Amino acid sequence: MTGSIVFTLDGREVGAADGETIWQVARREGVEIPHLCYTTAATYRADGNCRACMVEIEGERVLAASCIRKPTPGMVVNTATERAETARRMVMELLLADQPPRESAHDPQSELWRWAEAMGQLTSRFPARAAPPPDSSHPAMRVNLDACIHCTLCVRACREAQVNDVIGMAYRGHGAKVVFDFDDAMGESTCVACGECVQACPTGALMPATLLDESGVRTGYADKQVNSVCPYCGVGCQITYNIRDNEILWVDGLEGPANQGRLCVKGRFGFDYITHPHRLTTPLIRKQGVAKDALDDIDPANPYTHFREASWEEALDVAAAGFKRVRDRDGGKALAGFGSAKGSNEEAYLVQKLVRTGFGTNNVDHCTRLCHASSVAALLETIGSAAVTAPFTDALKSDVIFVIGANPTENHPVAATFFKNAAKSGATLIVCDPRGQALNKQATHMLRFKPGSDVALLNAMMNVIVEEELYDRQYVAAHTEGFEALSQHLKAYTPEDMAPICGVDAETIRTVARTYARANAGIIFWGMGISQHVHGTDNARCLIALALMTGQIGRPGTGLHPLRGQNNVQGASDVGLIPMVYPDYRSVEDPDIRAEFEAFWNAELDPKRGLTVVEIMDAVHDDVIKGMYIMGENPAMSDPNVGHAREGLAKLEHLVVQDIFLTETAFHADVVLPASAWPEKDGTVTNSNRQVQMGRKALDMPGDCRQDWWIVQEIARRIGLDWNYTGPAEVFAEMRACMDSIKGISWDRLLAESVVTYPCDSEDEPGQEVIFGDGFPTPSARGKMVPADIVPPDEQPDDEFPMILSTGTLLEHWHTGAITRRASVLDDIEPEAVACLSPTDLARLGVAAGETVRVTTRRGVIEIKVRRDGKVPEGMIFIPFCYVDAAANLLTNPALDPVGKIPEYKFCAARVEKRAMAAE
Amino acid sequence: MLRDEDRIFTNLYGFDDWRLAGARRRGDWDDTKALMAKGRDWIVEEVKASELRGRGGAGFPTGLKWTFMPKESDGRPAYLVINADEGEPGTCKDREIMRNDPHKLLEGCLLSGLGTGACAAYIYIRGEFHAEAERLDAAIAEAYDAGLLGDNACGSGYDFDIYVHRGAGAYICGEETALIESLEGNKGQPRLKPPFPAAAGLWGCPTTVNNVETIAAVPIILRRGAVWFGGLGRPRNTGTKLFCISGHVNAPCNVEEEMGIPLKRLIEQHAGGVRGGWANLLAVIPGGSSVALIPKSICDTVLMDFDSLAEVKSGLGTAAVIVMDKSTDIVRAIALLARFYMHESCGQCTPCREGCGWMSRMMDRLAVGDAGVEEIDMLLDVSYQVEGHTICALGDAAAWPIQGLIRHFRPELERRIAARQAVRAA
Repeated sequence: MTGSIVFTLDGREVGAADGETIWQVARREGVEIPHLCYTTAATYRADGNCRACMVEIEGERVLAASCIRKPTPGMVVNTATERAETARRMVMELLLADQPPRESAHDPQSELWRWAEAMGQLTSRFPARAAPPPDSSHPAMRVNLDACIHCTLCVRACREAQVNDVIGMAYRGHGAKVVFDFDDAMGESTCVACGECVQACPTGALMPATLLDESGVRTGYADKQVNSVCPYCGVGCQITYNIRDNEILWVDGLEGPANQGRLCVKGRFGFDYITHPHRLTTPLIRKQGVAKDALDDIDPANPYTHFREASWEEALDVAAAGFKRVRDRDGGKALAGFGSAKGSNEEAYLVQKLVRTGFGTNNVDHCTRLCHASSVAALLETIGSAAVTAPFTDALKSDVIFVIGANPTENHPVAATFFKNAAKSGATLIVCDPRGQALNKQATHMLRFKPGSDVALLNAMMNVIVEEELYDRQYVAAHTEGFEALSQHLKAYTPEDMAPICGVDAETIRTVARTYARANAGIIFWGMGISQHVHGTDNARCLIALALMTGQIGRPGTGLHPLRGQNNVQGASDVGLIPMVYPDYRSVEDPDIRAEFEAFWNAELDPKRGLTVVEIMDAVHDDVIKGMYIMGENPAMSDPNVGHAREGLAKLEHLVVQDIFLTETAFHADVVLPASAWPEKDGTVTNSNRQVQMGRKALDMPGDCRQDWWIVQEIARRIGLDWNYTGPAEVFAEMRACMDSIKGISWDRLLAESVVTYPCDSEDEPGQEVIFGDGFPTPSARGKMVPADIVPPDEQPDDEFPMILSTGTLLEHWHTGAITRRASVLDDIEPEAVACLSPTDLARLGVAAGETVRVTTRRGVIEIKVRRDGKVPEGMIFIPFCYVDAAANLLTNPALDPVGKIPEYKFCAARVEKRAMAAE
Repeated sequence: MLRDEDRIFTNLYGFDDWRLAGARRRGDWDDTKALMAKGRDWIVEEVKASELRGRGGAGFPTGLKWTFMPKESDGRPAYLVINADEGEPGTCKDREIMRNDPHKLLEGCLLSGLGTGACAAYIYIRGEFHAEAERLDAAIAEAYDAGLLGDNACGSGYDFDIYVHRGAGAYICGEETALIESLEGNKGQPRLKPPFPAAAGLWGCPTTVNNVETIAAVPIILRRGAVWFGGLGRPRNTGTKLFCISGHVNAPCNVEEEMGIPLKRLIEQHAGGVRGGWANLLAVIPGGSSVALIPKSICDTVLMDFDSLAEVKSGLGTAAVIVMDKSTDIVRAIALLARFYMHESCGQCTPCREGCGWMSRMMDRLAVGDAGVEEIDMLLDVSYQVEGHTICALGDAAAWPIQGLIRHFRPELERRIAARQAVRAA
């Protein structure tokens, strides 16, 4: 018997585990009791309102809802008595009264109709009420409340799972009604389009718009389902593609460890970019005599102004010949390669191997440089590991959650749901960021410190912890080094002295410091607000020291978690797509390690670390680098001061771009190779939680597109490498042979389990989610605390440029927008470039929301519409960098953090003027 | 007939002072400390022995309910909640207690609070009872000033607070778990049970919810003893009861009487008899709108207590006696009640939300005979499917009046249908 609570179910003696409901036991015993308002999906509590699961319990006057009722010892439950079945059928009959008939139902295959059929109750004797009108105000979803049965699953989806608090059940009794905000149309409401409600709805009242015809009847049915991973952010949500005729009809959230069935607007509705007409389908070669110009602006729909079509043979030959020419003439140091954090681990591994063994240089990097390079540098320096110490889902085990320099509801929306869940169930949520954000609602403390004053704030917190002796003496003694020096250093950073610098009052600093230090389990999350500064490494050092001195690391619910940006930025870094390290972060400058890899790859390797992203562009300007291979990255949009980057790209003697669209980077290419989109290929990706997940091919590639691994191999073969991989599985096997961290993870295991966390030592082990319980992979086995001084941002506002420009992303748009601005729903919701300004600044500038301003920095000028945004502090302008029509990175400062080499995207001096005035 | 010296609610009509001084004159707050000194167990045992049953409608034994409260705290506080959301149509007894005798309730709260181990009582008062809420507040202030409440209440060493919380106009908030939800600041919707409030009630803490009249009777039970209280009324239906007599009587009134008084005597002695004489009686709803009506033939002999009325498939409920003479359109009367329940259903669970709506519309049609004869059975069937299948008892309350109507007046329903069909045919 499965559980210790013995009771009788339909005449048989059965056991229930503690907490198990009658419904769950019955299902385990092979009886599925009808259910509508109850779902077995993770994190949904039973509500017991629909009464479709009623059972009879001997000795009780009334029937009981089996979905919520827990058995007690000796209880006698009958699930199939006449009384119970009659009651359940009556429930169905009452509900069907108001439904459209099944023939014209919004979703004839819904749970409701499935159960109606199973119960043999497909009609109703009762007359229908007047049907509420349909709501088609939202670009992604349709609301047809005539099918609503008031089960409140959508309310629980919105308020309890995703905690967006948009959907509510308004009014009373017979007039009860699902509403968005104050009974607004869905498209007018504050809905963030996560689609959780659509996935939860058992009736078809809420459905993806793509499945319905004009009259609201379902026409979309899948002929194939493929499980995979979302291609957007580092959360790594598992998804199911529902496919018909090689087209993704809709996407469902799968219960992966990182998302428990949840998704955000991008992962649920952002997939039709794959079939966008801009999609590259044949190789392109730059036309003879068309010169390159940094200001080139090519219509991605018509590349033939600058390019001509070519066969794969020709394109690959030209691509490879250029690399060979440069290499043989100027040596490997004249070449560089950018791999992609958007591709698979296998692709990233091949790109770095191509550059190292084929080009003969370590000049290989990717956009990790632009997001968390400083965090990685600090983590490697202090605790000897570049990844998170605990998954973000561990927030559910924390009692204090500290989020700094991150806006997870926009950038890691599904991770944010777990923070909100934790806060709702009582955890203290501390959010620190110059900009306000949606988490404010759940936050116990919201510290809006002055931009760039991170070190002041964090040092002041540590000062309190040291002065008030709130640090973990035992942990500090056993597992850390550098505490004495740090304590001395911190003496100068009293909250009172730091308050005017960071703009947070001393008492709040003290309270927050005490709260974190005294937590049973405190966990720290940070994002690019920490990393994208010239003092990014210092910021991260402070956070690490904070965790080390309080011993908030290495236990469940504790740790350090830099929220990684791209879906595979963790994996691409792990496999060595970084200029300083080989796979598994092993230094290229260590002769022993180099010898090991020379033997493993059977090639001579460059003994010097390579250049980083921004350094590579500078080297192009300095005539050092002349040829580049860029796979799936868009530095012409993502680099700081992109005017400079575009000039560099245009200056290249040879540029090969491999991508799915003609990106702004590809404008300057000699050869453009049409690649595969994520749902068109097999491959593994590693999320922010160190979970290696299997992405599966769901669609055939359009036109003459090719698999990325194949393209890299073809180039490799043409520059003299003897590569014969047959597919990603073989590449993965090679990676495993040189990466201890994934020793226990095989391709077959991933095929079977879909996800395994690394480090994982053997195939029969689950992988370690929380690491460093007993020391660190440093030479001393101790975590090092490194003192940080206050380094001001590189470019301070002055009379000429009085405001602060900060950049970032939006919920709907990803990175440079190459993908999301071609996803119809996402582009419908956020269709044009906007900058956000505080109401005070708008008033001061005399600009109304929706008007256009001119933004100028020492590097460039753009014109952009403004949005009134109370979350932006006075004196700041915030611009997402995803808009090609007003590229924020024309303005940003390329000053680098000296250690992490990450540019200061979060802070530069800017001038904002009303456009009309500027024109005068 | 109840003797004056056995009367509990001695200022029911407000002829005397409602304030502390008046209450003391009537014997309230008289050495409460001594009663408290006898201890929690004694209080519970005495109330159990008195066989006091809940006066809010369900008639659950009060002392037994108190024993469900944890003896020892597991760290959580315990609460006493007073259900003063008196909204049952026909009922107006708690209002009179709070208006004219508030200290009886407050002293009851303190003693019952000790009996249930509660640290505080929350009086959830119906929103419309504005004046009564003000009186309660004033009476509480007096009691605090006199040291009767608060820290070391009555010098007993026991700390006890009382708070008044006003409702916002929903009948469903009289259901004890919806009341708790509302008290917590949520939409007033009943909770699924178990867990019952004694295990996890207000803010997840052990809670007892009792009616005003129940709690107000506790002090005198403790003073005069369970034997005295048990000697009134009939076995298992002990004590006195406030009856609210309304409708087609010559002198509608509230009156305190012994439990088990014959209905006929109650109406004739206290309410001036049925309008037009007893022979003109059609039916009586004896316990508020939620219970089934009884026709005159039953009214002739039935006794007014829990068990007697249950035997005739009705109930004592809140003892709100709604008298209907032969001029009453009995079908429309019940249709109005059906509409009331449709309006007051919280909408949470399917059978109640959908069932009450449909039953109300069906009753509207039956009132004018616009139905088929077979629909009477369908209505009865639906009422049985609503009863016992909902989250709270509102579904039962909506079903019972309709069941009562069909049980006793089916020929009248059939007559109307036939008449309507005859008109149509003609």
